[in-house]
Amino acid sequence: MLKTFKLGGVHPPENKISREKSIEVLDLPKKAFIPVGQVLGAPSVPLVKRGDMVKVGQLIAKGEAFISANIHSSVSGKVFKIDDIVDSSGFRKKTIIIDVDGDEWEEGIDTSNEIIRDISLSKAEIIERIKASGIVGLGGATFPSHVKLMVPKGKKAEVLIINGVECEPYLTSDHRLMLEKTEELLIGTKILMKGLAVDKAIVGIENNKADAIEKLTKVAKDYAGITILPLKVKYPQGGEKQLIKAAINREVPSGALPIEVGAVVNNVGTTYAVYEAVQKNKPLVERIVTLTGKSLEETANFLVRIGTPISNLLESKNGLPEDTAKVISGGPMMGKTLTTIDAAVVKGTSGVLLIPEKESKRIESSTCIRCGKCVSVCPMGLEPHLLEKLVQIEDWEETQKNNVMDCIECGSCVYTCPSYRPLLDYIRLGKSKVGEIIRSRKK
Amino acid sequence: MILYSIISLGVIGVISAIILFFVAKKFNVVEDPRIDEVEEVLPAANCGGCGYPGCRNFAEEIVKAESVSGFYCPVGGNDVMAEVGKVMGLEVTAQKPLIAVIRCNGTKKNSPQKSIYDGIESCAVAHNLFAGEGGCSYGCLGLGDCVDACDFDAIHMDPETGLPVVNDKCTACGACVEACPRDIIELRHIGPKAKRIFVSCVNKEKGAKAVKNCKVACIGCGKCEKVCDFDAITIENNLAYIDYEKCKLCRKCVTVCPTNAIWEINFPLKKVKVDKVKRVEAKVEKEKKSENKTDN
Ligand code: SF4
Ligand code: SF4
Ligand code: SF4
Ligand code: SF4
Repeated sequence: MLKTFKLGGVHPPENKISREKSIEVLDLPKKAFIPVGQVLGAPSVPLVKRGDMVKVGQLIAKGEAFISANIHSSVSGKVFKIDDIVDSSGFRKKTIIIDVDGDEWEEGIDTSNEIIRDISLSKAEIIERIKASGIVGLGGATFPSHVKLMVPKGKKAEVLIINGVECEPYLTSDHRLMLEKTEELLIGTKILMKGLAVDKAIVGIENNKADAIEKLTKVAKDYAGITILPLKVKYPQGGEKQLIKAAINREVPSGALPIEVGAVVNNVGTTYAVYEAVQKNKPLVERIVTLTGKSLEETANFLVRIGTPISNLLESKNGLPEDTAKVISGGPMMGKTLTTIDAAVVKGTSGVLLIPEKESKRIESSTCIRCGKCVSVCPMGLEPHLLEKLVQIEDWEETQKNNVMDCIECGSCVYTCPSYRPLLDYIRLGKSKVGEIIRSRKK
Repeated sequence: MILYSIISLGVIGVISAIILFFVAKKFNVVEDPRIDEVEEVLPAANCGGCGYPGCRNFAEEIVKAESVSGFYCPVGGNDVMAEVGKVMGLEVTAQKPLIAVIRCNGTKKNSPQKSIYDGIESCAVAHNLFAGEGGCSYGCLGLGDCVDACDFDAIHMDPETGLPVVNDKCTACGACVEACPRDIIELRHIGPKAKRIFVSCVNKEKGAKAVKNCKVACIGCGKCEKVCDFDAITIENNLAYIDYEKCKLCRKCVTVCPTNAIWEINFPLKKVKVDKVKRVEAKVEKEKKSENKTDN
């Protein structure tokens, strides 16, 4: 029997229609829009100003706070201006806009395809390099990766878990990466193991990606300490806590980080970025983005420079289909609907999904019938129906007591609710209110 | 043996009685009968508009403070406060009554829709998700949290503009002010003959950005501040604010505002304005004519 996590979970249709599409390099944009807030943490501070010439890989915004990350130019050219424009979050954010001119890289960056296997950097140097390269969690959470490697005093990392689950329907960027950059990925894993000083790593992959499992298992034979672990398909297995439960059968307590149980989780995209940063001195300036949707003539997995407008991805595949009602950044379960397709690809953009008119409508909700389905599918053991009520009556204290902050916004509850209650809308509101209260208490 | 028990118990009893006697004296609470009397004259709306959890609590605080200054029941208004003053035997200075005003004019015309929101009808929820259908991240979301909050049927959505409108049933309880996630609603003086002047915008972005999303946004140009003879206008974060205590309703600012962000309510139409309109119309006519000419 294949392993999986125990509590809750659902099985949405997989719809991985772009799974056979090899990674294709997208043309450079004419203008790159690079927001300075691309990390789960403090926005970075711009280092360039209007008129400055920049090269690919040049540091253009510095992450100064502890939880923040550097941002490098993904193109070469002239800084057009720094302005507030709408990004994929739906709000205006400070953005560095660069007029692209040629493709000139900073010196010392190895852009060749040659695979470098020897890891020459020391543990401390690895962490320093990851920090300097501005690497954040590419699975979508965008937590700065170097912070994960800095194990707090009194805690000990025992095992590294590489997240190749990709449980979101439609998305295939991680799948393609595992197939096409297999060896680099394993070297990246080795680097992270060295950075954490652990000798064990587990790569968790759902078994709907049999080809990736097969290939990785074959290549991993040469890499001591790395196990490839096929997992049963179940959403949201890609959640950190769910994956830890599935892979090593440990439970991360409410409010705690994975390191509490000796685990550190990194996504495969992140691991590949680590390989490039450490072995090739290449900062995080591009990522793989799936372009998908049933109405598209042709889907794709693109290698895209950060800051490329999402409209460019669409244009390269015949533009926006007529019946598109929503364009989502990310997958159908956890993604966010864009308010403009001019929003740029950022470090956390794993995919662009088009939803046709007939599938986009919200079904009108009726009253909660107390069936308990939302409770039984919640992977965090919450009571979504109760949280919804508590938020509606604005009882923030009880909302907090019922662990609203544990919600990973996976949407399983909404997916199963037979009354189509907008549970997550209210839970998100509750999280933001309770978060505000917690922060103000700390001050 | 029994004797010892009786004596010791007796002694403990006596000591306890003495302690209890003093404790009772010290912590004696005689409820002031005025609390009941004050509560009697209050409107019993228990709306919280006074800043206290309910009418009873409000009465208790007044009696405790032995003063009425700083206390005001917005629902009862000056009449009720005068009654309260009578009970307390204190002089009550009448306060100018307030009303809720909506400081956003981002109607469907002024701030055209750029995206469609199909989430739940709640401003609080939408506020967390995106800037708004018109693109202004300060403006009204038009989903009516304020309408739901009002116990007095004083605020309604205008389907034409997509903005809430306050009518004169408003008691200035402040429930809508609390409910609005974007801090758009403010309680201001009703003003003599219900005349009011205020800046109908809360956008703090720089001018050029503000007008990108909304034609009638305050651009913080400061013209109104300069023209005001009474120091009533201040500009902070690219946004003008008119202090209703200082404003003398002279209407000078209204005419200088280049974006028509300042609203005057219940004023007769100004002659100059008509002139201005006429002049503009004439100009447009002229332009049209000259265009036609070149066409021919
Ligand atoms: S309450 Fe949160 S964690 Fe639980 S199912 Fe709903 S979205 Fe997922
Ligand atoms: S409009 Fe606002 S202030 Fe006026 S009565 Fe209604 S909720 Fe209270
Ligand atoms: S004024 Fe505020 S509460 Fe009322 S509809 Fe607008 S955003 Fe919502
Ligand atoms: S004149 Fe108008 S636009 Fe200028 S600051 Fe005053 S209210 Fe704003």
